[in-house]
Amino acid sequence: MKVYSWGRLSGEHHAVNMLGSTSNLPPLAEGPRALPHGMGRSYGDSCLNPQGTLWKTTALDHYVSFDPASGLLVCEAGILLRDIQRTFIPRGWILPVTPGTQLVTVGGAIANDVHGKNHHVHGSFGDHVRQLRLLRTDGSVIECGPAQNTDWFAATVGGLGLTGVITQACLQLRPVAGPWMETETCPYYTLDDFFQLADASEAQWEHTVSWIDCMSGSRSRGIFMRGNHAAADIRQPEPGAKALTVPLVPPVSLINPLSLRPFNAAYFHAQAQKSGRRIQHYAGYFYPLDNLLEWNRIYGPRGFYQYQSVVPRQVGQEAVAAMLKEITRAGAGSFLAVLKTFGNRQAAGMMSFPQPGVTLALDFPNKGAQTLALFERLDAIVREAGGRLYMAKDARMPRDLFEAGYPRLAEFLNYRDPGLSSALSRRLIGY
Amino acid sequence: MSTLRKIVIVGATSAMAEHCARLWLQQGVEEMVLIGRDAQRVDRVVADLRVRAPQCLIQTIISDFLQPEAIARTVEQACTAVSPDIVLLAHGSLPEQAVCQQDLQHNRVALEVNAISPVLFAEAFASRLEQVGQGKLVLIGSVAGDRGRKSNYVYGAAKGLVTRYAQGLQHRFAGSRIQVVLVKPGPTDTPMTAHLKSSGTKLASVEQVASNIVSGVAGGKTVIYAPAKWQLIMLIIRHLPRVIFNKLDI
Repeated sequence: MKVYSWGRLSGEHHAVNMLGSTSNLPPLAEGPRALPHGMGRSYGDSCLNPQGTLWKTTALDHYVSFDPASGLLVCEAGILLRDIQRTFIPRGWILPVTPGTQLVTVGGAIANDVHGKNHHVHGSFGDHVRQLRLLRTDGSVIECGPAQNTDWFAATVGGLGLTGVITQACLQLRPVAGPWMETETCPYYTLDDFFQLADASEAQWEHTVSWIDCMSGSRSRGIFMRGNHAAADIRQPEPGAKALTVPLVPPVSLINPLSLRPFNAAYFHAQAQKSGRRIQHYAGYFYPLDNLLEWNRIYGPRGFYQYQSVVPRQVGQEAVAAMLKEITRAGAGSFLAVLKTFGNRQAAGMMSFPQPGVTLALDFPNKGAQTLALFERLDAIVREAGGRLYMAKDARMPRDLFEAGYPRLAEFLNYRDPGLSSALSRRLIGY
Repeated sequence: MSTLRKIVIVGATSAMAEHCARLWLQQGVEEMVLIGRDAQRVDRVVADLRVRAPQCLIQTIISDFLQPEAIARTVEQACTAVSPDIVLLAHGSLPEQAVCQQDLQHNRVALEVNAISPVLFAEAFASRLEQVGQGKLVLIGSVAGDRGRKSNYVYGAAKGLVTRYAQGLQHRFAGSRIQVVLVKPGPTDTPMTAHLKSSGTKLASVEQVASNIVSGVAGGKTVIYAPAKWQLIMLIIRHLPRVIFNKLDI
């Protein structure tokens, strides 16, 4: 069947096999290799394996055990973060790290070592995995974690599903009073302001993130959002789970130069109006787009790219300013532009994306050569700043930038499962 | 829903049954009896449900699904453990049509698992529900049971038998406080249909189908197409004139 990743850049044929058991894998056909695949939320080609097989993990969705004294949860790898949040928040436990969508599997969150808005406090997803079980295509099983087979663990966290199929994981949840967040929205008008807000917020606020209006030229206005879990349990009715679906793929991208400037201006002013403190439900705060199902369709039939970089903090401000300038110069633009600082800590995985610095995520409708040319100019800035690009978002980075950004690549390759391969691994590693 | 306290599920390891169980647990079911063939697989499901709803008392029975004596014994054991408000019969397997045409033994097993076994369970549970005078008996049929098609008539015929049996039970219990519900799911995305997905058939999510079943049962429906669009599709398919139907490659 045709399978798309979240960016919808290509829809190529894949054989799709739903895994029904955590103890054995379907036999591998001669020739094409397989790739574990969860919800397909990666934007580029890291979750694709055209002409080969995808092993869909979403039926591995069972909890195994939960210890209400310690908050240790053992579960199969196909379970959705949404399921965990819904089951455990009412009981006073929450995932310490969550990305901007909860419609991803635990296995995918580990394999991409995803991060959230609280990196400066809690690191990335892999920092809370106590143990995981890896099923290799030769039938062997490897249990690994921060205290056992640590090399396998470091290779598998952020390892894009290439070291084996993650079938089960033990996660440390953290106590939480309830589903509510105390949040504050602060408009900012320059990059300087952003960095000051980010620095000033880190000590007092667990979650920090900002939306940046990349159509605002050199002034770089944006909205800084910070939040903490509300300490006391707040008695308010929880919002219902009403979701809308983008019903079809429009013939052209709805995000285009005509729409973007007014969109961004309207969004900025609407959010600036809401500046100040308020109480928000965790779902609306963490996952603002999860109630608009299939929102990726709005970019039209050619799909879109997401470009997410991280650059070291010392050069971060100049690099971000330079990237925004290139984007303006190219007349391109992005609606879902996110700017945030990472804390000063090393990630658990050899191939993990987060590193100390500042990360900028931008999305662009796919306009072919024009878009790719812009990326080359952005690459030059990232390369010079000593940064890296996020593989979960990538569909096109050049090999030299990949190798420069991921210096532990050679070490990682020792742990690859020879039966597994992805479009990304073939593009960037050669097999 | 104050009356929904006790549930028995046969074929508890089927993805559809599991997702129904999860929804029922969210609604505060107090006791469940899960019946399956394979102890290890049943344990996996029970561990999951216990994490989801630690307050619910869950018991399991491992049983043969084809021997009439085993079925009778299992039903008795289940109904001694709890007096069910709902009994869900969800076991089955999707046979490969081509293999059934070649191998009569395979064909026979497919018919027994998907037709004989569920109706024997249904009959045994019906008598128990009759004794207490109330309860809902939910059978899983299939849209495939609505009209025989070359691509899966062995499965379709088995589900057709379940359909007629359910109709008969509905007739028998008309006017009583016993309800017999027939669910007809369309192709659903579960491990059972893995090969359909690979060939590109559009499949409904199992969460969606389970949610249709649970709300349909609660709402007192007697026939539930899941998702609901299949009611219209199958209305058309059932009434297509043979000259047209025979030209379809379905």
